[in-house]
Amino acid sequence: MDFHTLIQILDSTIRLATPLLLACLAGLYSERAGIFDIGLEGKMLAAAFFSAALAAMTGNVWLGLLAGIAASLALSALHGLASITFRGNQLISGVAINFLAAGLTVLVAQDWFRQGGRTPALSGNGRFAPIDLPLADTLRDVPGLGPVYAELISGHSVLVYAAFLAVPATWWLLYRTRFGLRLRAVGENPAAVDTAGVSVVGLRYGAVMICGVLCGIAGAYLATALQAGFVKDMTAGRGFIALAALIFAKWRPWQAMWATLLFGFLQAVALRYQNIDIAGITIPVQVMDALPYILTVVILAGFVGKAIPPRAGGEPYVKER
Amino acid sequence: MTFMKSLMGAAASLALSAGLAVAEPAIIFDLGGKFDKSFNEAAFKGAQRWAEETGGKFRDIELQSEAQREQALRRFAENGANPVVMVGFAFADALSQVADDYPDTKFVIIDMVVDKPNVRSVVFNEHEGSYLVGMLAAMASKTGKVGFIGGMDIPLIRKFACGYAQGVKAVKPEAEIISNMTGTTPAAWNDPVKGSELAKAQIAQGADVIYAAAGGTGVGVLQTAADEGILSIGVDSNQNYMHPGKVLTSMMKRVDNAVYQALKDGPDMETGFSVMGLANGGVDYALDEYNAPLISAEMKARVDEAKAAIAGGEIKVHDYMSDDSCPALSF
Repeated sequence: MDFHTLIQILDSTIRLATPLLLACLAGLYSERAGIFDIGLEGKMLAAAFFSAALAAMTGNVWLGLLAGIAASLALSALHGLASITFRGNQLISGVAINFLAAGLTVLVAQDWFRQGGRTPALSGNGRFAPIDLPLADTLRDVPGLGPVYAELISGHSVLVYAAFLAVPATWWLLYRTRFGLRLRAVGENPAAVDTAGVSVVGLRYGAVMICGVLCGIAGAYLATALQAGFVKDMTAGRGFIALAALIFAKWRPWQAMWATLLFGFLQAVALRYQNIDIAGITIPVQVMDALPYILTVVILAGFVGKAIPPRAGGEPYVKER
Repeated sequence: MTFMKSLMGAAASLALSAGLAVAEPAIIFDLGGKFDKSFNEAAFKGAQRWAEETGGKFRDIELQSEAQREQALRRFAENGANPVVMVGFAFADALSQVADDYPDTKFVIIDMVVDKPNVRSVVFNEHEGSYLVGMLAAMASKTGKVGFIGGMDIPLIRKFACGYAQGVKAVKPEAEIISNMTGTTPAAWNDPVKGSELAKAQIAQGADVIYAAAGGTGVGVLQTAADEGILSIGVDSNQNYMHPGKVLTSMMKRVDNAVYQALKDGPDMETGFSVMGLANGGVDYALDEYNAPLISAEMKARVDEAKAAIAGGEIKVHDYMSDDSCPALSF
């Protein structure tokens, strides 16, 4: 593997890791507040469709992004209503959201565009174009760092930079602000938060809504930046890989970034090489595809440290009566 | 009382005869969905053509999960639909269990062979059509490297890849073929993002023509190829229009003709084994106003020559599924 190939694989890693990272951070907010969310997949899918649909109709990708976020927020509100207000089972609500999104997107797409459950291909301002960072072309010829800057760091869409900026922002919000402290507390011991006079329900809704916004961006990135339109089921399990990454990262923001980058890297390698020969042993591509899940199981089984979820996760909060 | 009885008897016999007279044909689409711009959609178009020409009606269902296969088959057979057409190899197991229970119903399965007296099995010589587009790819390529992106890794898709590789090598024996499969689960048919990344990886390795045999995943391949300024090749339906001037050609599998023929033959059809190849118009390469500037007269002449030779039997294209191996490509 020469230097140039490595750069290309890392470039592909960043593109593949971005939707995972956004979804993973989305899950982080929700689960840190004590609301398990396996509906990340469904929210991303709904956002992917509505962002592509609006971008196709108006020709403006920013309106598309807003529509995607709105769609994801609506599903988040539904999840919040079911699991916070009505204290339903959070896992079941999440599964319902996945099915709802899978069916609804195709149905609405067929009704609006008559193209068999997809949106028309986007072009021009209907897509997020790659951004060239300043000096990318001048620095390209500098040996070593030049290609890294020009190929790897520059030339992604604005949502990629937003996703990576969201990591320090999340860290700061969770660990350095009052809101973050309360958010983490509400996932560990909601009764204590309630005693302090802070609304558990309000905080949990806040977390679920932040989750909705991030999932919306992730979906819009898939449909309007990576692709030029929506195709049914286009999230293809990325919401679940993001959940795996969240467990792998033990519910922490920086680790979430490294986990999603690792999973993205595994995918990128699997896409580049069908079979990998290491010291005479051929590793089939299926192993690479399954590796994120295998790693998660290993972590969950406690072989590499222990993954302890937020203590109040999955349990609806009931005030003592 | 007697009047009531005879009235009810008449009503019952009327209902019965109505049930018998219906015998509408039925189509079951596979998981890709009726409007996949490709395989299933071609089948739908064939059925529509039949409906428009004859004024007949057909019933159809889109499957949502694997578990529905047998259920859908039995439902249509019980309700008197005849013939029942199944679009896709994955129906083979369900059909071989169901076919014996409904000896008077004719079943048509596409892309697979089920050996029952009331089943017509339609298979296509995809390797022959892929051979032709492989020749075109080799002639259009400037780098001498061409790509193939398959959907789910199954023998049928390897058959596409193998025919394509043979066509490429027939024109440029030294050409390199970069082949990737999207995945090993049905999700591989609907993952355009992965299709895009695969296309980018192949472009980075020097490929400048990429053949996508991957259902919905192919949409991402064609899009990326158009974005990056290289050529792509569509599959099953004519996909040239999707990116005019950027899609070199499409390997057309005339599923529409097969379905049309099945519906036209109706309940009295001949069952057995039916092979659709280059010779009887079952497969072909697409040439229309969208890709005409890309195909020079010389290219066309050479491909048409090969087409005639394959149809006439002078060129034998190796079928991957006959012995699970490919002389021109290793997987």
